[in-house]
Order: sequence, then structure tokens, then C-alpha cells
Amino acid sequence: MRQVRIHGRGGQGVVTAAEMLARAGFLAGHEAQAIPSFGSERTGAPVVAYCRFADGPLRTREPVLAPDVVLVTDPTLLGPVRPFEGLAPGGLVIVNTTTDAPTVRDAAGARDVDATVITVPATTITMTHLGKPKPAAAMLAAYAAAAEDITLDAVVQVFDARFPGAIGAANAAAAREAYSYVKAELAGPTHGLVAATGKEASDA
Amino acid sequence: MREVLEGSQAVARTVARCRPGVVCAYPISPQTHIVEALSVMARTGELADCEYVNVESEFSAMSVAIGASAAGSRAYTATASQGLLYMSEAVFNAAGMGLPIVMTVANRAIGAPINIWNDHSDAMALRDSGWLQLYAADNQEAADLHVTAFAIAEELEIPAMVCMDGFVLTHATDVLELPTQEQIDAFLPGYEPKQVLDVLHPTTIGTMAGPESFTETKYLQHLRFLDAADVIQRWSDRFHDTFGREAGGLVARYDAHTFDRDREAPGANAEDIVVVAMGSVLGTLQAALPELRAEGIPVRLLGVSSFRPFPGGALRDALGDSRHVVVIDRALELGSGGVLTGCVGRALAGTRSRIHSVVAGLGGRPILEESLRDVIRRAHSRDLPTLEFMDLKAGGIPRPPVGATEVAR
Repeated sequence: MRQVRIHGRGGQGVVTAAEMLARAGFLAGHEAQAIPSFGSERTGAPVVAYCRFADGPLRTREPVLAPDVVLVTDPTLLGPVRPFEGLAPGGLVIVNTTTDAPTVRDAAGARDVDATVITVPATTITMTHLGKPKPAAAMLAAYAAAAEDITLDAVVQVFDARFPGAIGAANAAAAREAYSYVKAELAGPTHGLVAATGKEASDA
Repeated sequence: MREVLEGSQAVARTVARCRPGVVCAYPISPQTHIVEALSVMARTGELADCEYVNVESEFSAMSVAIGASAAGSRAYTATASQGLLYMSEAVFNAAGMGLPIVMTVANRAIGAPINIWNDHSDAMALRDSGWLQLYAADNQEAADLHVTAFAIAEELEIPAMVCMDGFVLTHATDVLELPTQEQIDAFLPGYEPKQVLDVLHPTTIGTMAGPESFTETKYLQHLRFLDAADVIQRWSDRFHDTFGREAGGLVARYDAHTFDRDREAPGANAEDIVVVAMGSVLGTLQAALPELRAEGIPVRLLGVSSFRPFPGGALRDALGDSRHVVVIDRALELGSGGVLTGCVGRALAGTRSRIHSVVAGLGGRPILEESLRDVIRRAHSRDLPTLEFMDLKAGGIPRPPVGATEVAR
């Protein structure tokens, strides 16, 4: 089973992101489940949502407490919500930010956590294509670039199905750019953007 | 076709395929997505031959459902929490008048304090309203139960609530397989009302019954409720035979080792601890209990699918020789214990059973697998009190732990 936790703010499409992630995971052949959280229902308030993938039936209804993957759609949440909390050893953290992995780790108080940290300017990318600060498609595309759970095609497909026409196309464009950005980040000399472990990051 | 769907969307589409003649509802969280989806389908024509009535309150919603049903139409509505309480006077009337309305209850706590999250307090407050109460363990069952609910309600002339955990199910997205229009048309008979308001053949429904006949009327209602158990089981069996999966029934049995749902699973043994629960916590228990089996704790799982009528006989059969029961309760009888525990206790009167009431998940507090395992371990070591409040935090209003705001709630 793979467990994902998404942190963001009301209005960014966090709940939609979890549902789209479940849909993309299903297209990739997994059983999938998305669980949003509720209560704030205010633009800008911290929001969390969860997603699970498995090869067998998914039965539990508890929130994801030990995620394999954490997506953070707003870097100002790194301090307040402590997104590395409960992260499985060697887990993947993808942050929507224009800064780099060491800065993310510092902001989150996670300098020495055993994790891969990837940064992607998902809002910047999304503003270029969609013109709205709704970075869900770009974040899921970054996830597709960094792990095997979902594919870029599936991300594009589920957003196009939910938002047919121009909005779907703009999300697809943002997704492709974010995907390429992360692929390049992973391939190249990473100039500190990716850090396999906190120790290397702080040594860099 | 297996597809990824939000629970509310799954229910709305399935209800539409049951071809209701009148849908009237007033939105309230966490039921809103269901009636929103139905209203869209009414506008687009996907929900054909159906009058979608906008009303100004839940009291009116149930009143319109009563009028529609009495006029011979298949009537549907949905509500939750304060909305259910607001319509409660009409809810009792629908049952007393024998009108087979089907209503989704997206279970939610009742204020004060204000709380929009899930527990079973709302439906439990109306447990003696004369409605059937069928509880869904997951979103597949939530959708499927509506098909059988119309059939059961209409055969019995008793209205039925389909209860599904608010947010936990209504807003969760799962991989589901909805019954198709053709399948439902073949399975669900058309509604043939046995009493209809008709200007050409005037009659009265819901007339006054004085002291000379009120007791007898209630006694007949009681006898009809006794009939309901067989009717519920028969439609559940028929659903299982037709669709190849379980929906409803009286109780849900589970395999002793895999904790897969299994109608053929034998009753529990004398050394077994049996966990009895209702609603979506059954899924979390399915995930949580195998670890206890591996530790050597003999634990079994038993779901209550029909809360009204309460399936005392089926419960006793499934408990077999076990006399040690842990009830996970999602609603509290103040000063006493869990509501479900009270019903289990009455069903087990005279069996010398040891029964624990574990009150869990009130007002949306997430129910964690580890917390469930903890109470079962303590039951096994004879360290669990008769009444336990799971995860109760000492020392006043707790501070939210970081990284898991949902857990803090």
C-alpha cells in the first residue's frame, strides 16, 4: 500500500487534487481511495487530504498517519503543519515553492529527516498556463515525474475529464511543464534542489 | 463498470436509476452533494419522469415526501443531523401512515456544541420513529442499499433510512461498480402503492386513533416490524444472487482470518472476543484486526447491517458460543453508554455475556486502527472497563498535534 498526504490551503484545490490522484492511480491499475478532511471550508485556511493506492481492497477509513508521499501546495505551511510528521523512512516530499530543498528542510524543521525532497514552482507554472493559483495538476505531474505510482498521461487525462475544454488544456500544459521541470531536476546536477537525505542536504 | 466515484455521487446516480417519481430535499452538510447531483440530473433529463421539488426546510421536504408517497409516487429525500431533527415530527408521521419513502441519512453529530462531523447521533435520535434503518459499511454498500431499500420499504409499506457515515463515506472517493439502469430495472419492481389518495375514490390516511384503538395500531406496527427481518434478508439474498456482492441483510459476518465479508462464516467460538460495530468503522476494523489474530488474540468481527428492526436472532446466531462482546458505538446514551450496546445487551439478555461499550469517533474524531487494537488487547487481558471512551484526552481541551489536523478533531 502507498499512502499520500496533501497539505495546502482552502481554494488551492487540495480536495480536488486528492480525488484526481485517486483517479490517476486507478488508471495506473491500482485500487485507490481519496479521503478529504473538512471543517475549515474557508479560502486560505490549512487543508489536508489523503490518498491511498493498493493492489488489494482498501478498507481502512483512518486518516493517513504514516505517508510514503507528502505533497505541500503552499510553502508557508512548512512550519505550521510540519508536513514531515509521520513520513515513512525514505519517503518523498514534493513542495510547491520557488526555493530549494535545504530551504524547505529548514522551514519544516526537517534537516536530518530521511527523505527525498523535491521542489517545483507549481503555482508559477500554473499561473502561466491557467492564470489561477490552482496548482493541483502541476503538483500531481511533479509526483508522476518523481515516482512510479501514477503517470503524466493519467494526470492529464483525469483533469481533462473533470474540466473539459480550455481549463483542462491549461491544466494539461501546466502538468507537462511541471513534469519536465522535475525530470530535469532529477536528471541533472541538482544544485541542491533534490536531497536524498537530510545529511547530504545540510552538507551541500 | 468499475469507476472512481465520490460516495455522494454514487448514491445520487443509483437513486436516479431507481426511478423516483418525486425528489424533494433541503441541503445540509454532509448530505448536500447527493441532492445537488440529483437536482443536476433532474435539469439535464438524466433523472426523467421525476418532479424535483425545491423546499424551504427539512420539515417541508419530509412533508412533500409524505404527500408524494400518499399520492402513489416513489418518493426520496436525504438529510442529516439538525435537518433530520427539524423534520422529525413528519418522520414519525410517514412511518405511522405506512408510506414507503426512502431517505438517505448522511450521519452527523447533533449540536450543541456545533459540530458538522460524523457520528450516529442523528439517526439514533430517531431510532424509534418507525423507520427501517439500514447502515452502509462502505460506499459500494451505500449505493447498493438504496436499490434494496426501495424494494423492502415498498413491500413492507414501511419507510427506510439508508444511513451512511457523513464525510467519511459521503465525501470519500472509492473504486465502485454501480448497478446499471438495466440491472435495476430488472431487479427493482415498479412501485405499486397499496393505498393512494385519489379524488375519485376518497379515503383518509393518518386519521385519528383514540385510546380505544391506538394501542392496537401500534401493536400492528410492531408486528409489521417483526415481518421486516425476513423481508430484509430475502432482498439482501436476492441482491447477492443477482449482483454477486453483499448489500445489507440483517448482520454482516466476516471470515475469522482474512476478515473478508463472508455470509458462510461460522458462528464464533467460546474463546472468541467478538467486535460488534456498524457503519464505516467496519472497514477500519477489517484492516486492524488481522494483526491481533497474528498476535494470537482470538477476535471475530460482526457488523450490524439492519439497526431497525434490530436483528437479535441473527446476532445471537453469529455470536455462536462467544460470550465476550466489544461493541464499537458511534452514539452515546448519556449516563448509560453506547446506544448500539444497549440493543446488543437486550438481545443477549440471559446469555451471561460480558459486554463492553466502546464509545468512539464522536463528532468526527477519526477512529484509528491502533486505538481499536488497543481496546481489543485490553478486553483480551480483562483490562477493559464496561464503558470505555476511546482516545479520551485527559486534561481539558486538547491541543492539536502537528501534521495531522484531522486527527486533532
